[in-house]
Amino acid sequence: MLEIENVSRTFPARRGLFGSTGGVRALNQVNLSVSKGESLGLVGESGSGKTTLTRQILRLDTPTSGRILFEGQDMAKLGPAALRALRARVQIVFQDPYASLNPRMSVHDIVTEPMLIHRGKLGLDRRQRTDRAAELLELVGLGPQHLYRHPHEFSGGQRQRICIARALAPGPSLLLLDEPTSALDVSVQAQVLNLLIDLQERLGLTYFFISHDLGVIRYICDRVAIIFQGEIKEEGRTQQIFDAPKSEYARSLLAAMPEVRVPD
Amino acid sequence: MASLLEIRDLHLSMHSFEGAAKVLSGVTLSVEKGQIWGLVGETGCGKSLTGLSVSRLVRTPPAEYTRGKILLNGTDVLTLDEPRMRALRGRRIGMIFQDPTTNLNPSFRISTQLIDVALAAARHDSKILGLPATAGRWARRQAARRLAIDMLTEVGIPDAATRVDDYPHQFSGGMRQRVLIAMALVGQPDLLIADEPTTALDVSVQAQILDLLKQMVTVHDMGVVLITHNLGVVAQTCTHVAVMYAGAIVEKGPIRAVLTDPAHPYTKALMQAIPRRDVARGALQGLPGAVPNLVQPPAGCRFAPRCILAQPSCSKVPAEHERAAGHLVACPVVQAAHHA
Repeated sequence: MLEIENVSRTFPARRGLFGSTGGVRALNQVNLSVSKGESLGLVGESGSGKTTLTRQILRLDTPTSGRILFEGQDMAKLGPAALRALRARVQIVFQDPYASLNPRMSVHDIVTEPMLIHRGKLGLDRRQRTDRAAELLELVGLGPQHLYRHPHEFSGGQRQRICIARALAPGPSLLLLDEPTSALDVSVQAQVLNLLIDLQERLGLTYFFISHDLGVIRYICDRVAIIFQGEIKEEGRTQQIFDAPKSEYARSLLAAMPEVRVPD
Repeated sequence: MASLLEIRDLHLSMHSFEGAAKVLSGVTLSVEKGQIWGLVGETGCGKSLTGLSVSRLVRTPPAEYTRGKILLNGTDVLTLDEPRMRALRGRRIGMIFQDPTTNLNPSFRISTQLIDVALAAARHDSKILGLPATAGRWARRQAARRLAIDMLTEVGIPDAATRVDDYPHQFSGGMRQRVLIAMALVGQPDLLIADEPTTALDVSVQAQILDLLKQMVTVHDMGVVLITHNLGVVAQTCTHVAVMYAGAIVEKGPIRAVLTDPAHPYTKALMQAIPRRDVARGALQGLPGAVPNLVQPPAGCRFAPRCILAQPSCSKVPAEHERAAGHLVACPVVQAAHHA
């Protein structure tokens, strides 16, 4: 479904008030593929290139070299209309549900906005959009009674559910989840993770799940890729990586993971 | 002998537009030297306020201590005036906060910032610099600088003698947190309060900082209160743990006892919400319901509305019972089951 082939992204050197900075190679020859219906986890520390890679997939930024294929189409070669159609199929849920919802918009407006943008493809009139928004809210565990409220009336977990409903609105097949639970408490995190699993089973979604929390990745993903300084250090089935990591970096990362176990 | 820190039945309410929110209701905790207490709980449960109360960093008003005591080496800090409180902060009580970037002043070298703390602490106890009380300013400054370098070396900053004159932006996040630990330890505190010290850091750096913290406890013979929302961090670091929910401690005790035999329904629910190794996909248990409104909290046990074991007896404020040596649980239902 998604093929990332030899993608590199270099940010050029910059000259500024305090002298020049050297170029930064944020991604270096990244190769990854995600097949339909699976969840790929991308793990890495801050500054490892996780977000840069997401931006390439959404085509908010273009790779310096290499290419990204979504359902066989090279994303860099798409014209504006084709790109817009593609963006209905690839959606994202961000980390901070407090910052990613416009406080001045009602939940109805937030969830119907993507349908309005992609109305050419979806062909929904105003009434149908509202109905669909209510359906989506029910799907994520909220209800039609929440349609005309504003984000500030919701808790963090509920807000993240709204973000998920908004992402599902244009009917995507691939969902990029950029640390969707790291701003939430564990008890709420568990609910949101279970919701994501449930949605995947019901809607046949494909997940590209980014996190620095190895426990969450282990819980939700079929496969894991570990990224360090812009390079994929290891990739494989979740169980295999957690049980028998091959690379030195993966081993050290797993050793540092704070597990809840009884101390010796 | 008095405990290093003893919090007795602490009640704190916060004045808000909706009325007085009872944010802490009956927190009781005692910390001895050599112990690392993990204070865990979810957002808004009062764990940070408990920590801030010890160094009296909660502004009154809007806050008001309605009942209880906080005894540090036998003195109630709630009765001290501001000058005497200032003599304790940074000297008897060291503090480390979550975000290492905002807690250092970006416009001063870290040497300046560390020396300031050392000189302030030395004003209350000249032994810290190893100088007689009559030493001159220059001598004190030189001694404070040496102390700063020694502390930085101790917390694992390589080449401390030159790095001491760097600015905060020249350090990485983990290194800045080390600098802050050094700063907290300069006054040789008896008690260290660490409020989410590793939340902003990557896991590998987090592991290093927690190891450092453990090591410092043995070297300096302190007591530590580690505030966190991460039970994994507690399991890795602490000797004791106290679980908080909506302003009260529901369960506390030695780490082994609480983790092997969690008794309070909230502790159990919290542990079941963590994606652990043996949890199958989809089998994680979330906690239904929401945290209670603290302006009008439920009478009695505050967890009762969300609790699977709730009984009519839960409408009374739950008393703690001792389940095992030092392992206290505030739940009458669990107590009844335990004795049955």
